[in-house]
Amino acid sequence: MSQKQEEENPAEETGEEKQDTQEKEGILPERAEEAKLKAKYPSLGQKPGGSDFLMKRLQKGQKYFDSGDYNMAKAKMKNKQLPSAGPDKNLVTGDHIPTPQDLPQRKSSLVTSKLAG
Amino acid sequence: WVGRGGGAGGGNDIQWCFSQVKGAVDDDVAEADIISTVEFNHSGELLATGDKGGRVVIFQQEQENKIQSHSRGEYNVYSTFQSHEPEFDYLKSLEIEEKINKIRWLPQKNAAQFLLSTNDKTIKLWKISERDKRPEGYNLKEEDGRYRDPTTVTTLRVPVFRPMDLMVEASPRRIFANAHTYHINSISINSDYETYLSADDLRINLWHLEITDRSFNIVDIKPANMEELTEVITAAEFHPNSCNTFVYSSSKGTIRLCDMRASALCDRHSKLFEEPEDPSNRSFFSEIISSISDVKFSHSGRYMMTRDYLSVKIWDLNMENRPVETYQVHEYLRSKLCSLYENDCIFDKFECCWNGSDSVVMTGSYNNFFRMFDRNTKRDITLEASRENNKPRTVLKPRKVCASGKRKKDEISVDSLDFNKKILHTAWHPKENIIAVATTNNLYIFQDKVN
Repeated sequence: MSQKQEEENPAEETGEEKQDTQEKEGILPERAEEAKLKAKYPSLGQKPGGSDFLMKRLQKGQKYFDSGDYNMAKAKMKNKQLPSAGPDKNLVTGDHIPTPQDLPQRKSSLVTSKLAG
Repeated sequence: WVGRGGGAGGGNDIQWCFSQVKGAVDDDVAEADIISTVEFNHSGELLATGDKGGRVVIFQQEQENKIQSHSRGEYNVYSTFQSHEPEFDYLKSLEIEEKINKIRWLPQKNAAQFLLSTNDKTIKLWKISERDKRPEGYNLKEEDGRYRDPTTVTTLRVPVFRPMDLMVEASPRRIFANAHTYHINSISINSDYETYLSADDLRINLWHLEITDRSFNIVDIKPANMEELTEVITAAEFHPNSCNTFVYSSSKGTIRLCDMRASALCDRHSKLFEEPEDPSNRSFFSEIISSISDVKFSHSGRYMMTRDYLSVKIWDLNMENRPVETYQVHEYLRSKLCSLYENDCIFDKFECCWNGSDSVVMTGSYNNFFRMFDRNTKRDITLEASRENNKPRTVLKPRKVCASGKRKKDEISVDSLDFNKKILHTAWHPKENIIAVATTNNLYIFQDKVN
């Protein structure tokens, strides 16, 4: 529903919202910014800040790999391409199956810093 | 400062001049070259940087040339080494970055220098030592190290030390590993010079510098049920004089001071520093922008400074209910929070630092701007780290951001700011007016004008 709204009125706010925003801008720029954000992402959690960010922060670096999933997917697609990474390599969900192509190449660690150049 | 009104500053005003810049000129920045930490040692003679590629570069100030004292000595490369390498923890499916999060120097006890460097998981103690002579004239070895055939040895001689070109060697002396489940954000050396703390998102550990196979957990804020998690530890530091006292800051804008004499596990704070918030001002962004990205004690130990997204606050350790001073770093960003949230800039972690006498504090901002606040005169200045128009000994021109309305000449509008050019790390020489400012991949050194 909200998606549709965005397409129809990509840059406009409804009349009521606009008035509201203007009022709020006079009082609190932060609140106006919040209204903007909620307009763009209505499903954004009710809890301000909160555990979503924190959990994401704690899970930094996590790269799950399930060899069972990977091999099943490979078997299903044996005549097609290997399962590919998808746009967001950092997505930590069950849907995304990491592949050997995902893993960053082990970097050469012997290049001298340019600060020392 | 170069005064706002254009007039010459008073006798105490500092005029900052460009001194040096280190790093590549080109705009195409390799990720490994992103500077992640900057730190002067206790004397200020050495300046260390760490980067995302796990490398440490140490610069040394050259001895002052007494005859031509245009400026204080320049900083030249002294040593560089690979401190950390990328790792993959197969057991936990965790990729461990080699990025150096923090470097802390130990005070010098003998000819060698020691520093601690840490990535997300492992802290290392590095010894940096000089070698300027080598033994020559062994009986049983050739000069290149190969052993001589003993039957060819017909005379005996005493090896002697001969001078050689200075070689600076860095060697890892201790590796403190496997004590952190979460990502290390801080290390801090105790004033006892024997122990240090390391802090991750949920725990703080106490180590002895000599002992690597054991560390004591002194703070643990992990909830029994992770779904109840509401805040994380963002920074921690030992008090500069009281070896039993340390502070840690949180993502909710609070600072807790703990006394290790009170109990082995310092989950209960001795003091809680928090500025009350007007609930009617609360928005979605309130908590995020209140998250403290850095906490630093003053050299005196009487005050501590915290940095949150928009401001720098000075707290008197004797007063918990509000800071004694608040300085706005870039208040004009408050009306840009929506886009700063969308591009993740709102999560940028800026650091802050004190000058040697605790009279001025400094922190970075966007567009390669950095800010200084004089606590006595209450004046502030915005300067830019840029290669343009920067000749040695020319005074830096103050910058001004125009928040709204008519932009004056030489001002820059908020919408023109480059949010990819962030100054997250700055350091102030412990004794002199020399500062090190890190842009994404360059290190700038500025000094005050010496007449």
